[in-house]
Amino acid sequence: MKDKKTPLGGNVSWKETTPGGIIYDAGNATRYKTGEWRSMKPVWNKDKCKQCMLCFPVCPDSSILVEDGKMTGIDYDHCKGCGVCVEACPFNVFDFVKEE
Amino acid sequence: MAIRERLSGNEAVATAMKQINPDVVAAFPITPSTEVPQYFSQFVANGSVDTEFVAVESEHSAMSACVGASAAGARVMTATSANGLALMWEILYIAASSRLPIVMPVINRALSAPINIHNDHSDSMGARDSGWIQLYSEDNQEAYDNIIQAIRIAEHKDVQLPVMVCMDGFIVSHAVENIELLETEKVKEFVGERELEDYLLNAERPVSMGPLDLPPHYFEHKRQQAEAMKNAKKVILEIAEEYEKLTGRKYGLFEEYKMEDAEVAIVVLNSTAGTAKEVVDELRENGVKAGLIKLRVFRPFPVDELKEALKDLKAVAVMDKADSFSAAGGPVFTEIRAALYDVEDRPEIVSYIYGLGGRDVRVDDIKKVYDDLKEIVETGKVESVYNYLGVKE
Repeated sequence: MKDKKTPLGGNVSWKETTPGGIIYDAGNATRYKTGEWRSMKPVWNKDKCKQCMLCFPVCPDSSILVEDGKMTGIDYDHCKGCGVCVEACPFNVFDFVKEE
Repeated sequence: MAIRERLSGNEAVATAMKQINPDVVAAFPITPSTEVPQYFSQFVANGSVDTEFVAVESEHSAMSACVGASAAGARVMTATSANGLALMWEILYIAASSRLPIVMPVINRALSAPINIHNDHSDSMGARDSGWIQLYSEDNQEAYDNIIQAIRIAEHKDVQLPVMVCMDGFIVSHAVENIELLETEKVKEFVGERELEDYLLNAERPVSMGPLDLPPHYFEHKRQQAEAMKNAKKVILEIAEEYEKLTGRKYGLFEEYKMEDAEVAIVVLNSTAGTAKEVVDELRENGVKAGLIKLRVFRPFPVDELKEALKDLKAVAVMDKADSFSAAGGPVFTEIRAALYDVEDRPEIVSYIYGLGGRDVRVDDIKKVYDDLKEIVETGKVESVYNYLGVKE
């Protein structure tokens, strides 16, 4: 019984969906692409980055991607474009541009 | 052997609840339903049930506690009337949409203002689109029988919806009548245990309930809920059949009284049906082909079955003990009139709003309705579609 999954995605029919919107799997928020909400977009200039890690803890959407203690990029599937990383960066590493 | 007793409507309902022994009852007192939680809390205190009784601070809290307990996996009941039901409003929809099988006696009473504690159906009629199944009961026996069946209907896997069991405040709730009770073991056997697919206290498979539901999914959940209400019709009949085998008492979506060859009929809910049957009997003795339909199930609305039952009549009067203030007749009238739209050569149909705030409805009042129907048949003319019966002109 543990294998029950909540059907997600744009084409779940009323016959497949779960009664009352019950959710079977934990941690499913990652499957919701909040990046679609973005109107402004932070662009990371890797060469200017000093890896100070001041942007990472302030991102409300855990969208600063880090590997082995170093920033590797931005998770645009979930970044809502709030610009907090842009404000937090002491070295003006991010450009903040209109989402196309 | 069934147990012969004499109980008021409220005692009958509380007795059914005692025999069901639900896991949780959360309730707040309001006239005329007060006695239901009052008797029930005595059963809790004297140990005849092992229910967790939650004495809440309002009806909004009562229904909220019911929602929480039902989602956790409990079998849950409560009771209310009038303004109490109105205060539950927001949570009624949440209970139904979250597909929680709560069972609630609604002891029908007029809504304020002006303040009035007596019987009409403005409380439950207002909740008719909340997604709850609604069963109506003519007397204490029917209220008792409906409560027991409601548990099975609500919890059926094809339904999973809450059920209101309505009966008339004071007229039934406080009138002592003879009643036939089932032995408690038989009730327990009939209702069984709540079989759960998913519930919040299931550590084996944790789930989330009541999430945010945005435009890509909300509509599908509503469509599924609508299907559950559709399924309920079949389930109600199956469970009624099983209950008949146990008790000999037959229940359907509505009761047809002397309808076989009827030319005129009234449609009515709850205790007024008893008075109206007297009138039908008297009219029949005088050669008038009069009949009566007493609606038991209002949600889901038995549209096809009512169409079939009414189509050959010449004239129908629908009696509403609630005004929907649509300026176009009472709520039951509107739906029955719509049900007849597809019938070729359909009967004339008229609305009577009556008995608001506990105004007595007597044999003479109902005779007047049948007289009006007779005149419609004789003249082929409807003088007045929207009528108020028993109001001082």
